[in-house]
Amino acid sequence: MDTAVAQKPLYGLMAEFGDVNALIAATKRARAEGYRRVDAYTPFPVHELFEILQLNDRRVPLFVLIGGILGCLAGFGLCYWVSVMAYPMNVGGRPFNSWPAFIPVTFEVTILLASLTAVLTLIILNGLPMPYHPVFNVKRFADHASQDGMFLTIEADDPKFDLHRTRTFLQQLGAREINEIEP
Amino acid sequence: MDSKIATHYPAPPPVIEPGHTFESVTEKISRIVLGGRHPLPWFVWLGIGFIGANMLMVSVGYLVFTGIGIWGNNIPVGWAFDIINFVWWIGIGHAGTLISAILLLLKQDWRTSINRFAEAMTLFAVACAAMFPLIHTGRPWLAAYWLFPYPNTMGIWPQFRSPLIWDVFAVLTYATVSALFWYTGLIPDLATLRDRAKSKRLARVFGVLSLGWRGSAAHWQRYEKAYLLLAGMSTPLVLSVHTVVSFDFSVGIVPGWHATIFPPYFVAGAIYAGFAMVLLLAIPLRKWYHVEDFITMRHLENMAKVTLVTGLIVLYGYMMEAFYGWYSANQYEQFMIYNRMWHGPMAWSYWALIFCNGIVPQTLWVKRFRTNTTWLFIMALIVSVGMWLERFVIIVTSLHRDFLPSSWDMYYPTAWDFSTFFGTVGLFILLFFIFVRVLPMISIFEMRTMVPEAKVEGSEGH
Repeated sequence: MDTAVAQKPLYGLMAEFGDVNALIAATKRARAEGYRRVDAYTPFPVHELFEILQLNDRRVPLFVLIGGILGCLAGFGLCYWVSVMAYPMNVGGRPFNSWPAFIPVTFEVTILLASLTAVLTLIILNGLPMPYHPVFNVKRFADHASQDGMFLTIEADDPKFDLHRTRTFLQQLGAREINEIEP
Repeated sequence: MDSKIATHYPAPPPVIEPGHTFESVTEKISRIVLGGRHPLPWFVWLGIGFIGANMLMVSVGYLVFTGIGIWGNNIPVGWAFDIINFVWWIGIGHAGTLISAILLLLKQDWRTSINRFAEAMTLFAVACAAMFPLIHTGRPWLAAYWLFPYPNTMGIWPQFRSPLIWDVFAVLTYATVSALFWYTGLIPDLATLRDRAKSKRLARVFGVLSLGWRGSAAHWQRYEKAYLLLAGMSTPLVLSVHTVVSFDFSVGIVPGWHATIFPPYFVAGAIYAGFAMVLLLAIPLRKWYHVEDFITMRHLENMAKVTLVTGLIVLYGYMMEAFYGWYSANQYEQFMIYNRMWHGPMAWSYWALIFCNGIVPQTLWVKRFRTNTTWLFIMALIVSVGMWLERFVIIVTSLHRDFLPSSWDMYYPTAWDFSTFFGTVGLFILLFFIFVRVLPMISIFEMRTMVPEAKVEGSEGH
């Protein structure tokens, strides 16, 4: 392990905590200490962590709104273009642009594009699909993060990161186990 | 649970039995997929589903070779089993979306144990439903330019003022959004399976499917936002789908179809049939896989209550149909309802329907019936038959006696009608039991939020 560390810079340090409350307290302390490249890993969503880590990605709803507006225009545009321009048909003297009849299709296409955008935004903004990530080099993480483990990472590119000092700091927070994350 | 409330009223059964931890929940649900040991009924039902799916292939194959003359459809009953089955299946799907989306927005935490397999049920029911518009022409290759707006060599475009085209858009959007919703919910669980899989190959498969999910707080924050937005969009979507399905009838001028009550009446009927199907699936599953501690009596009772409420709305719909028939002062409408209820050759189907959908669910007012799994199962079966009969009554009894007595005719389904219908039931069973085998049938990460370990100090929970 030591030789690998010497060759390539570390990704960061990972501390494991016993339960979700210990993780929340530790994340709070790490932020208060001035660390910024901090991430917490939990097997289910924890709202308190979003607040502490100041995570509030407003791009998700924004993109969904844009997707919805585009879908609305596309849906109505399709009905209008087909019924008025490409294939106008006079049925009982009704207007070609009989817009109330176009509402259902417009609505469905709005929902379709907005939902597709929601999922694509989720995947792309989260940087997925990601076939390789250094955190999985820690055995405890690979075995427990998606099940019952609570992990906190401080990444090496944090300006305050110092292998020794950060390690001692994490120990003080009551970490159960501290691992170096190989890149 | 608020202790103050608990002292005044008997507490409802918990949504998850006490004593569970992150590890026990994860282990119990993922073992069904990774453990590889399945109860005997799983093999039996997979076999039944396989036989049914083959019967469907033979029926559809013969249909495509021969044409729809093999069915009992005639003039005036041009729409029969094909559309009855379509509406029946698509209605069943609605409960899945109701559970996963609407109950999520209403913060009903009991949805957590049942949403995953209810969503799977939705997908498979919609797949069965979507087959009928394609095959009911007997020439499915023509459906391409009849249904989809694409520049074809004939220069023909679909008629966007027709409810049938609205239906294409509604059903396809519904299928797509349901699949997206289902997959999004699965991502964290697929990551769990990836990390628990013993064989490297299996871990790789789940690894690809989970997209490299690692449960970082930044991931979860976007995840929750996107999931909530999807739920918010699925809610009006699911209501729109059966509304549009009801337009297929109510926009027509046939007596018995042309009624403004159809959209809400159809939506309630869809949820009613869907909850019955969720009960039909949940009751045996929880027993075979010993997940009674996740799908508790609370879930079954709540589902029974939703079934009762939507059943009452449907019953109101039947009463209103009869009332409109009389109140319309239109001789065709009056004749239609008289013919449907008393005089016609298919009046038996109307009273069978009232028995199945109007009388049997009334037993659910009584707690003893609501908490008896055997009765719930039988009741759900009767309701499923009832909802099929409802569409039969609406479609066939309205068409077989239309405006001109000289064009009246009887309708008799053929063996192929039945083999196609039961074939789709087989396909549904096959798909569902494959799903139970290869994917977690209960959402693992959402169940983790229900155990005491997940409780954050100083918070009211999630």
